[in-house]
Formats: sequence, C-alpha cells, structure tokens
Amino acid sequence: MAAEGAARLGMRHRLAERGIDRVLLLLVPAVLVVAALFLYPMLYGVGLSLQPRAGGGPFANYLAFFRDSYQSGTIWKTMRLALPAALINVGASVPIAYRLRGRFRGRRLLTAILVLPVTLGTVLVADGLLRYLGPKGWFNRVLLDLHLVDEPVRLIYNYWGVLFSLLITGFPFAFLLVLSYMSGIDPTLERAAATLGAGPWRRVRHVTLPLLAPGLATTFILAFVLAFSVFPSANLVGEPANETRVMAIAAYQAAFEKYDYSMASTIAVLMGVAELLVVALVLVWRGRFYTGTTGGKGS
Amino acid sequence: MSGFRTLRMSEVSRRFGTTTALDRLDLTIEGGEFVALLGPSGCGKSTALNCLAGLLPLTGGGIWLDDERIDGLPPEKRGFGMVFQNYALFPHLTVRKNVGFGLAIRGVPKPELTRRVDEALALVELADQAAKLPGRLSGGQQQRVAIARAIVIRPRLVLMDEPLSNLDAKLRLQMRTEIRRLHQSLGLTTVYVTHDQEEALALADRIVVLRGGVVEQIGTPEEVYAQPRNTYVAGFMGYRNLLELPVTGREGGRVTLAEPGLRLTGVARDRSAGATAVAAIRPDDFTAGRGAANPLTVTVEVAEFHGRETAVEGVTESGRVVHVRVPERVRPGEKIELSVPPDRVLVFGDGDHPPRPGAAGAG
Repeated sequence: MAAEGAARLGMRHRLAERGIDRVLLLLVPAVLVVAALFLYPMLYGVGLSLQPRAGGGPFANYLAFFRDSYQSGTIWKTMRLALPAALINVGASVPIAYRLRGRFRGRRLLTAILVLPVTLGTVLVADGLLRYLGPKGWFNRVLLDLHLVDEPVRLIYNYWGVLFSLLITGFPFAFLLVLSYMSGIDPTLERAAATLGAGPWRRVRHVTLPLLAPGLATTFILAFVLAFSVFPSANLVGEPANETRVMAIAAYQAAFEKYDYSMASTIAVLMGVAELLVVALVLVWRGRFYTGTTGGKGS
Repeated sequence: MSGFRTLRMSEVSRRFGTTTALDRLDLTIEGGEFVALLGPSGCGKSTALNCLAGLLPLTGGGIWLDDERIDGLPPEKRGFGMVFQNYALFPHLTVRKNVGFGLAIRGVPKPELTRRVDEALALVELADQAAKLPGRLSGGQQQRVAIARAIVIRPRLVLMDEPLSNLDAKLRLQMRTEIRRLHQSLGLTTVYVTHDQEEALALADRIVVLRGGVVEQIGTPEEVYAQPRNTYVAGFMGYRNLLELPVTGREGGRVTLAEPGLRLTGVARDRSAGATAVAAIRPDDFTAGRGAANPLTVTVEVAEFHGRETAVEGVTESGRVVHVRVPERVRPGEKIELSVPPDRVLVFGDGDHPPRPGAAGAG
C-alpha cells in the first residue's frame, strides 16, 4: 500500500514537472460534450457545404453564392444592420454607464429599467414596434399632430424596423457589459488626472476611454455577433424579400423552402467567415490598447 | 505656478447627509510649510485634504490662497499636486507619460516637457524605469512615480493622502526620509495626511490632530509630543497609560491621584477640579528601581523582547493594567519595582469626553 502510494505520488510529481496537472483530466467530459454538440455539427456542416446537390466540384455552392447577387447581397444587407446596431448599442452604453458607474440613490432601479428589454422576446419587441411605429401608431400620430410630417413615416416593414428592433434587444447586453467594464476602472485615476490639470473631457479622453477601449472592443464583438444572426425581426418588422433579406433568411430559405441543405450549410459557413473577419479586425484594433488591470473593484 | 504666502482655511465644513465629517476647520498654512493632518480613520483628515484639492465641495466655510478665494475652483484649476494612497498611476501609460501627464495637459512644449520629466525622474531615482508601465514597478517605485508626477508640475501646494500606508515597514521608513529630503530641497508647501503619529512627528513642521471632524490640537511636533492638550491627543502621542484615579490633593501645578496600592503625583495640564482625573504616562518614562518619586510595584503579565529593552504589560497592586518599558529582561510573574518622575506624569481633568467644539490649538 505504502509503496503504491509513493509510486502514485511520484507519478504526479513527474507529470507536474512536465507542466501536466492530473486535475486537468476533469476537463475531459466537458471537452467531449463540446466536441459532440458543437465541433461535430460544425465540421459536418462544413463537409455538407462541400457536397453540392447539383454536383460540380466541392466549391460549386460557394461559387454559386457569389455569382448570384440576390444571394451574395445578403452579406452586405446583414452587415448594414449588424454593424450600425452594434456600434450604436456600444456607443450609447458608454455615456450612460459613465453616469451610472458611481453609487447613488435609484441606481439599481434605473439599471433594472435599462436592462428590462432583455426579458422581452424578439417577437414581443417586433409586435410592439409594429404597433408603436406603424402608420397609425403613437409615433406617427404625434408627428402628424405636430405637423412635422404630412404623411406617416415608414419605419416598419423595412430596414429601420429591423434596426430599431436590434437596438432594443441588443442595448441591455451592451450596457451591462460596458457598465461592468466601467466599474472596473478605479475612479481615483480620474481624480488624479483632475489634480494634474485635466478638465472633465480630457479626463475621459486620456484616462477613462483608453482604459475602457479593450472592454468596448469585446462588447462590440458580442453585440455584433448577436445582431449578425438576426432572423425573427428581419422577418416580422423588416422586408424579408428584399431590403432586410439577411444571411440567416437566405440560409433558412435554402434549407426549408428549397430543401438544399448543402447550400444552406454553405451560407451558414459564410456567415461564420464574415463574422470572424469583423471579429479579427476588432481584435487587431483592441490589441493596440493596454489590457491589464485597471485598478478598480476586485483588483 | 508661483508660490504663496499663506493658505487659509476658514471654518471649512463638510457634511455627508446627517454626519459631519469636518466641522469648522480653521487652519492657516505658511508658504513652504509641511503640515500633517493626524488622526484615526474617520477623523476628517482625508475629507480636509479632498476639500483642499477640490475633489470634494465644501458645505461651509472658505479657502483662500493669499487674497484669492479658491474653494469654488475645480481641482484642475487649482494647480495643486496630489499623491494618492493607492498612487493612482495611469496603468496604460509608461512611467515617463505618467510623470509628463500634467505638463502635457498644460501644453508645455516637448523639449521642456522632456527636460522636466527627466529632472523629476532623476530626483526620485527612477530614470532607468522611464519606459516601463506602472504595473511592472514595485510599490516603493510606484510611490516615487506618484510623487514625481505630483511635483513635476511645480504645484503651489502638494497634498499627500497617507502615501506610505501601503508600503512595508522598511520601505516606509526609507520613503519617509525621501519625502522629508524632497521637502527640504524643493521647499514645496505640503499638507500630509496620516494616521501614524511617528510619521507626522518625523515629517511635519506642524501637526493638526483631528478627531470626529474637529481639531483637538495644532502645534509643532515638540509641542504636541510633550504637551498634549487632552487625553485624546496624549493617547495618540504614545501616552499608552491613561489611568483614571480619584484626586486626593492639589498643590500649585501638582495634582496627586491615589487609590489603595497606587499613588501618583503629576503635572496638572488643565484647570479642572473634578473628583477624578486621568494620569497620562508614556511606557518609556518609567524608570526601573524603587525611586523616591511615584514608586509602584508591577507584576509582569506579558513581556515582549524588543532588543534594547523589554515591553511589559503588567498589573499594579491595585489591579490596574500598565504598559512599561524596562531595560532588563523580565519574565511573566516577576514583580518589578518602578518609579516615574512627577513631571512625566500629565494629569488631565477631561477624561475621554467628547471633543469641545472649536477647540483650537496653540499653533
């Protein structure tokens, strides 16, 4: 028994010397689950996309996608929604989070109200938008009554409806993330900048924003990926046949209207590639900033 | 950028809701002076400093630099340098950029900026660390960067908020000397906040002892050390033995306090004539051996070896706990004979009463 224990101990030490911790073996089940539920379907999908229904070589689907402007145009249409949505959500979160970072009465209530849309489903938001922004909705009625416009502004069943929907559902995520990054910055740093002669704007410009930038990049990536896979609102408050025919719709139509799973997989793979390109660009930009500790809570 | 003759704080008050953090602080600081605000946490010393810096608006009173009223100015317009307790170095900027921050904000031309930053870094002996980020430096180095950053702008006033409290004991002593040296060579008017009386005594030209937002005493280190105004200041200045005893006699400036088994004669520090009074005695003012003046016998309970002497916690025959330093090594349970010169026993009539409002010092 004792000898066996010593041998075991020796084994552990030998492994540890090579930088291997046996506890890492506990990761095996998780790795298997990820492989089974994510890696396998993804590789399966990539494989499927390389086996076109009509034949013509492994890349025939990809070529067909880019030759057909009705299909390839979906990349631009999705970008045109997801990029501004993510940018606006992150951009709007910064000043609000900046004001809300300190402790004050009613902060929790205000944060709760700002985060509330998370609990609403996309379909509910779409339904609300249809009523609110529709030709007979409050928004247009107010504009008409104030004689700001002569006829109702069209804000639904087009690009704007989908963008509004993305802003409403995406903002809480961006806001919560930015708020937590903002709280991580030691408020003494701005006080120090103030004693060194920096006014409010310069304090934000030279101290807070550079420290916040990596967090903003991460938030932007998440907000962008969330918006890029837009599907229900593009259908419900958009113009799915034309202006808001996003990639997800194209993939859905390929799969469930034409039953061309190979083409649907191709579009899904291209969606991933498009997202990865944007993510990579943002990460390169993020790499230019300091990403260490910012001295705030929990450091 | 120029210096000033006097900085005057007049009835400076700061309330947070219903609590008064600082109550009508009157303090005049001469140009070039080093003033320490001393007190335990919550005494209002940091509040006073933040009010001076402009980081906290006053709720009453005013602050004047010579004839200019400055308490309405935002911090960036005051031209004061501040060293924060946690240093507050900008983590994303190199040491050089940190030190140059204030100059860059002021639009100082590049060649002059570089020269002045180099000078400041040389002054704190960090010239070789200029290109590093603050996170790569040790605590003491970070502290020196913070000091360089505050003084490079040639501030009219330097504010230091417990700058040494995050350093280990050895480094603290070293940096204390550095700060004193910098003050001697640059002559910058400095307000220094600390809870450590040793630091205040070692650094300051004048000490302001605060309690509960009220000034208890203002004076030179010598005055505050040798002539504390009340038991609170005495307790803070190392008078560890504060024995409240019945008064049995008063004669001239002398008061005699006694209870069965303990009799102490000391110097009256105030005019009170109560039935009891507090005798304040420093542990190292006791002398070993039975002397003529104030003899007492103490049974050793705890003995700590401190090298040159032994710190003893013991009990008098009347059951009072006393703290004593004796030159020889003693063991728990031993009885030791002690005496203490009457002029080293300060007698206060105040007990530990709440501070009197407006208790101004003899500064």
